[in-house]
Amino acid sequence: MVETYPIEVTVNGRRRAFEVAGHHSLLDVIRDDLGLTGAKECCLVGECGACTVIVDGRTVDSCLVLAVEVDGAELTTVEGLATDGVLAPIQQAFLDKGAVQCGFCIPGQLMSAHALLVEHEHEHPTLAEIQEGMAGNLCRCGCYQQITDAIIAVTEGGR
Amino acid sequence: MHTFAYARPTSLAEAVALLEAHGPDARVLAGGTDLIVRLRDGSAAPAIVIDVKRIAELRAGIHEADGRVVIGATTVMTDIAADALVLRHFPALAEAAAVVGSVQIRNRATIAGNICNASPAADTAPSLLVHGASVVAEGPGGTRRISVDELFVRSGVTTLARGELVTAIELPIPAQRIASAHVRRTRRRGHDLASVTLTCGVDATGVTRIAYGSVGPRAVLATDESGVLADPSAADSVKSPILEAVFAGASPSPRSMRAGPEYRLAMLRVLGRRALAVAIERLAAGE
Repeated sequence: MVETYPIEVTVNGRRRAFEVAGHHSLLDVIRDDLGLTGAKECCLVGECGACTVIVDGRTVDSCLVLAVEVDGAELTTVEGLATDGVLAPIQQAFLDKGAVQCGFCIPGQLMSAHALLVEHEHEHPTLAEIQEGMAGNLCRCGCYQQITDAIIAVTEGGR
Repeated sequence: MHTFAYARPTSLAEAVALLEAHGPDARVLAGGTDLIVRLRDGSAAPAIVIDVKRIAELRAGIHEADGRVVIGATTVMTDIAADALVLRHFPALAEAAAVVGSVQIRNRATIAGNICNASPAADTAPSLLVHGASVVAEGPGGTRRISVDELFVRSGVTTLARGELVTAIELPIPAQRIASAHVRRTRRRGHDLASVTLTCGVDATGVTRIAYGSVGPRAVLATDESGVLADPSAADSVKSPILEAVFAGASPSPRSMRAGPEYRLAMLRVLGRRALAVAIERLAAGE
């Protein structure tokens, strides 16, 4: 029998309490138990970043975190970026700059971009800072230039 | 992932008791960036996973005490790379922490995890060796300090005894400042493991310490007390035989997928000279 553990997590601003199996990753629980399918399962070794979410203000690869570990934490997924159906500036910028081709990596890219913009709230990140900040997210369509352009557009357009 | 029991002790005594009771059937979970990969691929199949992140004594944080900088076991790379004390006294450790994995990995990967995994490619290992770091280990027999040099045996193996847990890493603040630099070689930019990872430290007395990893079963530390390596005016032809002796401890595996032994040995010599030059510059600049 698989042992389960009760956890409480604030998911995109809403307090949730549920039971998770000890061996289920945070990604498993986000997708299968919470039904939030933005974060994607891809490499499962922490190289591609498709499963990136924000835990207590910091980006993590949710495939490398056990769900039970985040008990008590605040979790933000890509579903939490838009407010009342209005896209966040970074989401709109991705669309405007053509940063989205197949779209598979985009939820993870958006979470890293969002965290980068929060970290550099009062300054413009340099190109090197953007590249380093986004290095944990791979895009097989090769939209790196457009993704970088989108981030720069948000920093220049006011947030 | 196969199933396992999950324990989240809140006291050190409880954690040590669990580790002692389960021995090799237990695995310690800190950041999980290595362990969860291994749990998934089956190369680690513990009966119980012990999450140590809620134990007060292992709490993340960096402070100065009794002439040492103490880094809590669960401190993550992001925080080490940005810490003022680390940047001031151990610049090569901050540099090494800043190149581990990607942002997502550095937000999760802990310093204790990096060294307790005893990966030959661990990026913080050379910097910890150069700066004379020790781990504080708590076990059934009490507390002991183990120098990082005495901790590493080979890939995945340390001298920690059954039931022992690293609670903190301590770095002595030296009377003579050690100016240090970390450099590494990877196959590509981003979050690859190092093909060579190396740190050089020099101080005003002319002592040079060079430590390097990913070129053998464990990271190796070599010290030159002749003053020749640290001398900015000494010619490379004079330094060369000393550097050859420094690198004599390298024995890269011919089976590694990241780089062949010839390449690694060649890069070791290039990176060693590069780090030495930066360390000498930093010493002169008072950085």
